[in-house]
Order: sequence, then C-alpha cells, then structure tokens
Amino acid sequence: MDLKELYQEIILDHGKNPRNKKKCDGFNKDAKGNNPLCGDKVHVFLKLNDEKQVEDISFEGEGCAISIASASIMTEIIKGKDFNVAKKILENFINMLKEGYKPSINSLSDNENTTIMSLSGVKQFPMRVKCATLAWHTFLHAAEDNKKVVNTEK
Amino acid sequence: MDIKEIKSKFPIFSNKVKGKKLVYLDSANSSQKPKVVIDRISNFYSKEFSNVGRSMHSLAVTATNRFEETRDLIKNFINAKLREEIVFTKNATEGINLIATTYGEKFIQDKDEIIITELEHHANYVPWHFLRKRKGAVIKFAECDKQGEVSIDSIKKLITNKTKLIAVTHVSNVTGTILPLNKIIDLAKTKKIPVLIDGCQGAPHLKLDVQKLDCDFYVMSCHKMYGPTGVGVLYAKKKWLDELPPYQGGGGMIDEVKKDDISFPESPTKFEAGTLQTAEIVGFAESIRFIENIGIKNITQHEKEITEYGLEKLKKNNSVSIIGDPKDRGAILSFTIKGIHPHDIATILDDDGVAIRAGHHCCQILHEKMGIPATARASLGIYNSKEDIDILNESINKCNKVFNN
Repeated sequence: MDLKELYQEIILDHGKNPRNKKKCDGFNKDAKGNNPLCGDKVHVFLKLNDEKQVEDISFEGEGCAISIASASIMTEIIKGKDFNVAKKILENFINMLKEGYKPSINSLSDNENTTIMSLSGVKQFPMRVKCATLAWHTFLHAAEDNKKVVNTEK
Repeated sequence: MDIKEIKSKFPIFSNKVKGKKLVYLDSANSSQKPKVVIDRISNFYSKEFSNVGRSMHSLAVTATNRFEETRDLIKNFINAKLREEIVFTKNATEGINLIATTYGEKFIQDKDEIIITELEHHANYVPWHFLRKRKGAVIKFAECDKQGEVSIDSIKKLITNKTKLIAVTHVSNVTGTILPLNKIIDLAKTKKIPVLIDGCQGAPHLKLDVQKLDCDFYVMSCHKMYGPTGVGVLYAKKKWLDELPPYQGGGGMIDEVKKDDISFPESPTKFEAGTLQTAEIVGFAESIRFIENIGIKNITQHEKEITEYGLEKLKKNNSVSIIGDPKDRGAILSFTIKGIHPHDIATILDDDGVAIRAGHHCCQILHEKMGIPATARASLGIYNSKEDIDILNESINKCNKVFNN
C-alpha cells in the first residue's frame, strides 16, 4: 500500500480545486448523499435533457480529498455523456474500486481514462472506498429520481 | 513508573502495523487489552465456564462466584455504597438507554425537560430523543464556549420546575474538557434534580468516588478501561433501582412467573435479563486489578504529563489547530490541519503506524457548533509515551508534504 498511489497529483489537484463545485444552472434533478460514519456530505445537481443526455452536472458538499476529488472527476467525465453510457462508467468505476477491474469503456478518451484510473489506488485502502463512491451513487439517485438520501452504511 | 514495562504487558504492541511500530492514539475509542485480561477470558472458558446464577453444579458455583467478584471489585473501584448498585450492561450506551427507558417511563411526562450539553456523545443524546418522540419530553442543550467549557451558569439558566434530569458527560470525547461535576451536582441537588454522568472518558482515567460525587447515575464502558468489549456498568443509587421498573424482560430477572402476573426481584437482578457476557465480565476483574496495581492516580498523572507534552508540541506546529482549550483537560487532543481533511490525515498517519480517529466522533452537535465537519483526534492510554507524540508530530508534518502544503 503506497500513499503516493492514493494521493496522486490528479487527485490532490481535484481535491484542492474541485471542478463544477456549485449548483449548475437549470438543473432538473438532484440528490443528496451522506456518509454518517464520518460526516461526509454531497449534493449532486443534474441537468438531464429529453434525449437522456447529461447536459450539465455539478455538486456541492464537504469531505476529504478523496471524496471531493472523486465528485469533481465524476462531473468532468459524465458531463455530455448519454445517461446509459454514464451508468456504464459508474458500474466500471465501482468495479474498479471494489474488485480491482480495469475500466473498459470505449467511449472514454485517453485523458478521461487516465483521470478515472487515478482513483484506482483507493482500492488498497478499504476504509476509503466509500469516500470515493459516495458522489457516484448520489448521481445515480439523482438521475433515477430516487428521493432517498444515499447512505453509505445501508 | 516504567511505561515501557507497562506497555510490554499489552500483546498488541508486539505486532507491526504496515511494518511500523504501532503508535496507538485511539484509546478514547477503545483501549488495548493487557495479557492478563486476554488470558483470564481464555482460562475461564478452559477451566471454569458455566452459566451463572442458574444451575446447582460445581462449575456454576465457581462461575457465579467469579462473576459476582467483578461486581464487588467495581463497587470498590468507584466506591459505591452497595454492590446492588452495580448493574452490568453491554456498554455505557445501554446504561443510558436503560435509564432513559425506565426513568422516562416512570417519571417523564409531556413537556418535562431534560438538560444535556452541546458536548455530548450521541449516546447521551439519542436515547433522550427517543423519549422526546415517545413522551413529548423537551431536550435543552447547555452551551459550550469556544474553549469547550460548559459553565455552571449555562446549565443553571436552563433549569425550570419542569427539569426532570440533567445528563452530562464526565469528560468530552472531543475537546477533552473535564466538566465541573461537583458544581453541577450541587446545583442539581438544591433543585432536587437527579444527575446522570456519562463516564466513558472519565472512568478509565480519573479517580472515582460516586458517594462523594453524589451523582444518581454513572455509566461506563469497560472496553475503554483495558477491559473486554460487550461489558458496561451502570451505577445507580439504590433508591432509583428500587423505584425504576425493569428494562428488558427474560430469564434471570424474574421473581415469580404466573399466567396472569409476574413479579420481579431486586436490583441488580431486576435489570440483568438473559445470560450476560459472562467471560467478559469475569475478564474485566483483571482490568480493574490491572488499573489498581498501577494506581488510577498514577494513570491520571502520567496521561496528564503526556497530554501537556502533546499540547505543547502540537501548538508549536503552525499547520495544526487544537480544538478546544479547556482549563481542565483529560487525555484527549483533537486537532485539524489547514487544508487537509481529517480522513486524509488519518490515512497518512496510519501509513506511519499511528492510529488516530477522524470524523465527528459521534458528536455532530458539537462539530456543527464549532463550524467544522470533522476533526482528527489523538487520545491517550497508560501505554503512551512522549515518543508517541513525537512520532505523531512528525507524521503530521508528512501530511503537509503529501499535500504539498
């Protein structure tokens, strides 16, 4: 287990300067997520158009570098994607953190792949996997109009 | 006192964590266990085990004697007047739930008031919240100031003729504040209000004399006192235990059972339904002996010395902010580092074998009051030394390096 694999430059950068950390204009869906064990909170805002394409996505919240970076990276990668593609990315991402599979999505650019892979080190820190997945689960709740607050302990 | 020698009695410290020596600074969460306690449990199961207080055979007699011995040891340890005032629970949380349920059932009516403080652990808030929901009780929070102190005035001004209970912590598990219990209890007594003390962070570190203190209820968790998990103690004055209804129903807590009615025995039996954590309770006797062999006053003195050393060291570290500045502090140092979330601190410290806790420490009310979502907490036990603090401080500096601060 290497700290450098966890705290890669990309993660530190997204953690310190999160992208899309705001309430995006014209969002039509949103959902909240909590990690009650440690107090991390996230609120995801989503603009999903009639073609089920993610026109805009943003988040607000507080948490550790891993959770903020993961939320920030998620918004960058998912923005502009079709919901079905976004869902596929999410599944791949969760599999990567839990099972260690490499994401295999043709629709991701090399750059996007590198960015998402920067979070792969989290797998080696089981206590931190929930930090990294919170925003992604919350995105799914928003997209599917699930009004329940995401709770990492359920 | 030879701390190295005391530390050598804890098998856990012979293990490495990530190839590093373990620096355990999470004793407020749960303390490590000395070999005598671990061995006692194993020995009890190997040679003396049977259920207690039920059967007539020899093993049952031995087991019952061992089990009840622990009650006597606890009685003496906290200087209770009677052994019947010691009730075994599974932890302090259950002790508070027991009182909230039984005292609440009998004495709390709609609009009656319970005073707690903003420092309380969720264990000393949530059970009262249930009572708020069930019986319409009103919960009032005595304010803590920036230093983390709860003044006697902040409690005094909340008292009305509706106040039915004051429930406060002995020592804050975040700021380390030692509350002015004598003043609080004196004040409560003039108004005839019973007082419950959450002693989780008090009992493992400070000399206790519940008769002198004159509190009505005092709860503790044995796993924070170098004892096994699954055991707690509720001390309650006999007059309360006589008056309160039973908590849980089941075997072992009945007097006579008929189809149309059931009668109950006296305390503590009335409150100890079902088979308890027998081996753990027997094992806890060794924890008390372990503490008494060192001397609780020596423990307080040693931890005070290390806490002060830690405070001095961390205050010199410019990136660190210490949470709370109470005049009277227990063995707890909570802190934040500018620009680094406590979870990240905990992960980086863990890489150096330094075990701390990060989060809200079950004190969301306090964290909200302080305007921070989480803190990092180093908490001490008898096995900690100045060297542990030095390693903590270096590891904190490493956090800054990892984050390019």
